[in-house]
Amino acid sequence: MQTLLKNLRIIDTTLNIDQKADILIDNGNIEKIGTGIEVNDWNVDIHDMEGCIAAPGFIDIHVHLREPGREDEETVVSGCMGAAAGGFTAIASMPNTDPAADAAEIIESIITKSAKTPVDVYPIGAATIERKGEVLAPIGELVEAGAVAFSDDGVAIKTAGILRRIMEYASMYDAPVIEHCEDESMAGGSMNEGLNSTRFGLTSIPPIAEELTVARDIMMAEYTGAKVHIAHISTAKAVQLVREGKAKGIKVTAEVTPHHFTLTDDSLIDYDTNFKMNPPLRTKTDMLAMHEGLKDGTIDCIASDHAPHAIEEKEMEFEYAPNGILGLETTLGLTLNNLYHQGVLTIPQIIEKLVVNPRNILGIPVPVIREGEKANLTIFNPEKEYKVRVTGFKSKSRNSPFDGYTLKGAPVAIYNRGKFVISQVSG
Amino acid sequence: MNFSVSGSSVSKGETFKDTVRNIEAMKVDMIVVRHGSAGVPQYLTRISDSVVINAGDGIHEHPTQALLDMYSIREKLGKLEGLKVCIVGDIAHSRVALSNIFGLQAMGAEVSVCGPATLIPRNISELGVKVIHNIDEAIQENDVLNILRIQLERKAKAAFPSTREYHKYYGITKERMEKNKKDVLLLHPGPINRGVEISSEMADGEHQIILEQVTNGVAVRMAILYLLGTRQGEEN
Repeated sequence: MQTLLKNLRIIDTTLNIDQKADILIDNGNIEKIGTGIEVNDWNVDIHDMEGCIAAPGFIDIHVHLREPGREDEETVVSGCMGAAAGGFTAIASMPNTDPAADAAEIIESIITKSAKTPVDVYPIGAATIERKGEVLAPIGELVEAGAVAFSDDGVAIKTAGILRRIMEYASMYDAPVIEHCEDESMAGGSMNEGLNSTRFGLTSIPPIAEELTVARDIMMAEYTGAKVHIAHISTAKAVQLVREGKAKGIKVTAEVTPHHFTLTDDSLIDYDTNFKMNPPLRTKTDMLAMHEGLKDGTIDCIASDHAPHAIEEKEMEFEYAPNGILGLETTLGLTLNNLYHQGVLTIPQIIEKLVVNPRNILGIPVPVIREGEKANLTIFNPEKEYKVRVTGFKSKSRNSPFDGYTLKGAPVAIYNRGKFVISQVSG
Repeated sequence: MNFSVSGSSVSKGETFKDTVRNIEAMKVDMIVVRHGSAGVPQYLTRISDSVVINAGDGIHEHPTQALLDMYSIREKLGKLEGLKVCIVGDIAHSRVALSNIFGLQAMGAEVSVCGPATLIPRNISELGVKVIHNIDEAIQENDVLNILRIQLERKAKAAFPSTREYHKYYGITKERMEKNKKDVLLLHPGPINRGVEISSEMADGEHQIILEQVTNGVAVRMAILYLLGTRQGEEN
């Protein structure tokens, strides 16, 4: 089966390509790249992609699939469908399932379940058994089963003592430790601590709860020589700590979520639980620091922290609702709308942050757009305007604060694993 | 009708929205809600057509208490504008404090808060509120002290060493009042922890209007029920 994608602007930052061309794909492989490719065969699937950019497939390295445990909220397959709709050809799944991904069988089962989807799933293994921060997970076996990184996400690795062991052990496999940075003794609030938490009367999490753990983790990475990746960074000082760590040559990387570069804690004025997540939305100063960090390279990548929750769990009093929002189907739109169109990042920079850097962090191959390679593509239209409609999401859950938002910049299609999937996100 | 957590299905896992739908199905016109979680009244207005009265939500607000406090102060001192009012005690875990701050500021009073640093939210001065840590200074500077209950049942206990120490440095006692100036009006939203935030002598003494507050509370809340129940000020 052949697919011909016409009139694309191909941008591949690895190969340093920015050209207008057609791509002919045959059986999952890039057969030909060139202008004015013509085929005289009824069986070729031809699509005119005028106005669209083709980049190597995007990856979201912070996704919560709820399988095993909460298949009513998301399964491996539904998460992959959401990823494809959102313009991602790959995701990394977080281990805080029920049971946690602390055994090779769970890692294998996630990979097996994703095999028939068009999306590559790279599982992240639990760092400790049951993510309790006490006993090392079988890191070697998890790597052998396919795990690419280790994390107790949802919480930080509990103590400095166990963190040291995990970093030392994971280093043998060159696997990064991904940290949800939050000091446990100051955790548990419903929003950012600040003027707004005082005004809204909600229990709060101080920014320093994040910064203390970021500082600890960077120092431990320096001490052990391990790689640490700061998940969903959210405060200005945390960004500064990463900036300083990088300047010292410490192997620290960081990601930011679209909500943390788009929203502030002003959004909580209506107590809408779809704005409740951890780390919480911070202040405008913090949000602008995310832009700065993205611009100067302190923040390596954009990741969604896609966290599906059942409707009934979010229809609760604010303090009782669970943390987390959907991200897979809005990340690209928010990135283009709020970073590209606002002049924060260029398209090549966005490709670095959604294609190249995240794969380098996980140590997995970066796809390129070249004849003879496997076709692994994300096609998007940076100028298309549309309204976000959660009812059309492929994800099983509906907890997005961006429902009804008008965004400029849309995923159009992906091609991966021999499958061409057209996105319905922009209607 | 009365509805409380222990007698309802909330404790059995019913969602808040379903609970409200059930109450609405009984065709109520007005919901008076007191809830341990901040923002519940706002949430109610989104999911219900009834008139919603906030009777206290978590550590957020308690508007009717603030209205009756202001009514009581004005009844006694004849005005609110220009008065200096200090809210004393556990500001961080109090819903009375925030409503008092907003209400009194709106009426032109100058509001300060007094208590140990651990019971005062970090950012409260951004609301235009002066922060005082010394109770003598608070007494000297103000016309009115609104003394909050130390919420022993809430988190406050971990935020100061002991009720003994709290009483020693922040408790309102006769000696302390005599040492400073005498003509300061004392309010307390009740219930009182005698011997903690206020001594028995002062709780029954001449400066306080604690029971007048309770009486005025009936009138103020009747007025609120009447005005909102008849949807005064709304266009049909």
